[in-house]
Amino acid sequence: MKETVKAQSVEGNSAVIAVAPVRVARAGSRDDIRAVLMIWKRELIRFFRNRIRMVTSLAQPLFFLFVLGTGLSPVISGHGSSFNFRTFMFPGVLGMTILFTAIFSAVSIVWDREFGFLREMLVAPVGRWSLVVGKCLGGASVATFQGVIVMLLAGGVGVPYAPTLMLTLLGELALTAFCLTAFGVAIAARIRKIESFQVVMQLLVMPMFFLAGAVFPLSGLPRWLSDLTKIDPLSYAVDPMRRAVFHHIHAPTIMTRLLDAGVTWNGWRVPTLLELGIIAAISLIMLAIAVVQFSQQD
Amino acid sequence: MTKVDSIKNGNEVGVAIGVDALAKSYGDVEAVKGVSFQVLQGETFGFLGPNGAGKSTTISMLCTLVKPTAGKAIVAGFDVLQAKADVRRNIGLVFQDTTLDDYLTAEENLRFHAELYGVPKEGLKERMDALFEMVGLEQRRNSIVGTYSGGMKRRLEIIRGLLHSPRVLFLDEPTIGLDPQTRTHIWEYIESLRKSEEITMFLTTHYMDEAENCDRIAIIDDGEIVAIDTPERLKASVGADRVGIGTQDNESAISLLREHFGLEATMSEGLVVVYVEEGERFVPRLFDGLGMTINSVSITRPTLDDVFMNYTGRTIRDAEASVSEKMASNPWLRRRR
Repeated sequence: MKETVKAQSVEGNSAVIAVAPVRVARAGSRDDIRAVLMIWKRELIRFFRNRIRMVTSLAQPLFFLFVLGTGLSPVISGHGSSFNFRTFMFPGVLGMTILFTAIFSAVSIVWDREFGFLREMLVAPVGRWSLVVGKCLGGASVATFQGVIVMLLAGGVGVPYAPTLMLTLLGELALTAFCLTAFGVAIAARIRKIESFQVVMQLLVMPMFFLAGAVFPLSGLPRWLSDLTKIDPLSYAVDPMRRAVFHHIHAPTIMTRLLDAGVTWNGWRVPTLLELGIIAAISLIMLAIAVVQFSQQD
Repeated sequence: MTKVDSIKNGNEVGVAIGVDALAKSYGDVEAVKGVSFQVLQGETFGFLGPNGAGKSTTISMLCTLVKPTAGKAIVAGFDVLQAKADVRRNIGLVFQDTTLDDYLTAEENLRFHAELYGVPKEGLKERMDALFEMVGLEQRRNSIVGTYSGGMKRRLEIIRGLLHSPRVLFLDEPTIGLDPQTRTHIWEYIESLRKSEEITMFLTTHYMDEAENCDRIAIIDDGEIVAIDTPERLKASVGADRVGIGTQDNESAISLLREHFGLEATMSEGLVVVYVEEGERFVPRLFDGLGMTINSVSITRPTLDDVFMNYTGRTIRDAEASVSEKMASNPWLRRRR
């Protein structure tokens, strides 16, 4: 095979704009951290630039809280004592808000795949874990932010703005948001088509929402339904928030027993710390699954 | 980290890409059947062939995006199998399909890239300024990319691929889907780049006229390299210029050509056609020696199309037609979108 050497064709081109090259240093964990922060930042930029998404994702919680919550109040009040059912709904609606926002953020990976941007990330010389962690932190931040907006409605549904309650809820929201985003990213890693997102919503997200005790109390359920609520991870996220809310209001004992029954294993009420531990453990497992899945992709 | 172990003979000019018997199979389908070649530093090297010939698969293997089933490739001094991250840090990629974030501004897209590739913060702004200026996007750098035209997006992708000062820039069909004018502009940028950045460029195209812009080209057909050289030499290897002669009496023109010049002429589209070396020197002799009136003469130099035809026995368009038939009958090969 003949070889033509094209050497020194560099001289004599005054018209060319000089572009000074930069030198890229050797890779290190610092580069991975930079990648994490950048992907996190991208999620925030995209979220805050999309006003329509912010507004529409707030519409659903408002409907549940004020329409469904108000509509069901007379049913509960039939028990003899007056109780604002919206107060009961409040933690559930918080959970719902972060569930949908987090899953939506995570599933944007499928959009990135469809529109090519995922490729730009996958070819970068950084550890895949940094892409996944950045995405999860970004989605979790966005979901927590949405949760906080709903949290500000507390006064309107009979939940006091006690600082300890607000801080407790904030922490629980953030943890849950991270868990749900990691869960969504682990699923999105396998989804190739946008259409499949509908399937995920119908078969995973909606059941998770309904079985979490977000809209109805977990007490007095038939066995099959009760068992299903116990395997729904979201139950362990909604319950701590509801417990915190009931701790700060003065509800009639009968109402507390009925509405704040919590998740029980064989009659033993699972303590808050264990519930949060479960959520944290699921977060790590999902994160690990997502990292493995992305590491295997070209 | 594997340092260049030059695959072939010792090299004075550095080897930017060294490929030895690189192959990729998908099940029974051999997409690339063991190709070998070298690209020297500073060269613009083109991979020319019909769609589906294995161009994109080869480029993907060189960029560490697809794992070869056999063979070896060294890119920018690193082995694509053993030092993936080192290869990636030293190459720039411009894909066929856009990989920009439509919701971010042009500058945000570049900053994102800079963070992913660990580009030092000092000097980054200056470099971005210069790159934006080079492709004439400085006015639109703060616009959301979703508002860009196809040509602007491609220009942005090219400068993004250059942001981290790669030693080799891979361009997979850089002008596909663009209008002729924009295609010309893109080539002007590529030309100015190779002068200012001293960068090695590896590109694929199925446009014959674009391949002319390369220092060397490899013609790939059905997963194999069938020819590799400078465009001039490839065209010369096809040989003769095509001389078309218009006369009143073509029958006698053919016999006179045989008698006086010893040439076997054929008829094509109403013209008497002969193939000769150096057609422009032949024409004066033709007028002097043919001994009959000539109405018109045309000389056509061989094009890369003729080269492709010569090496594969079909035109690039025929080759693409047969590939698209294959794709149509096989739903798994069909592209989305």
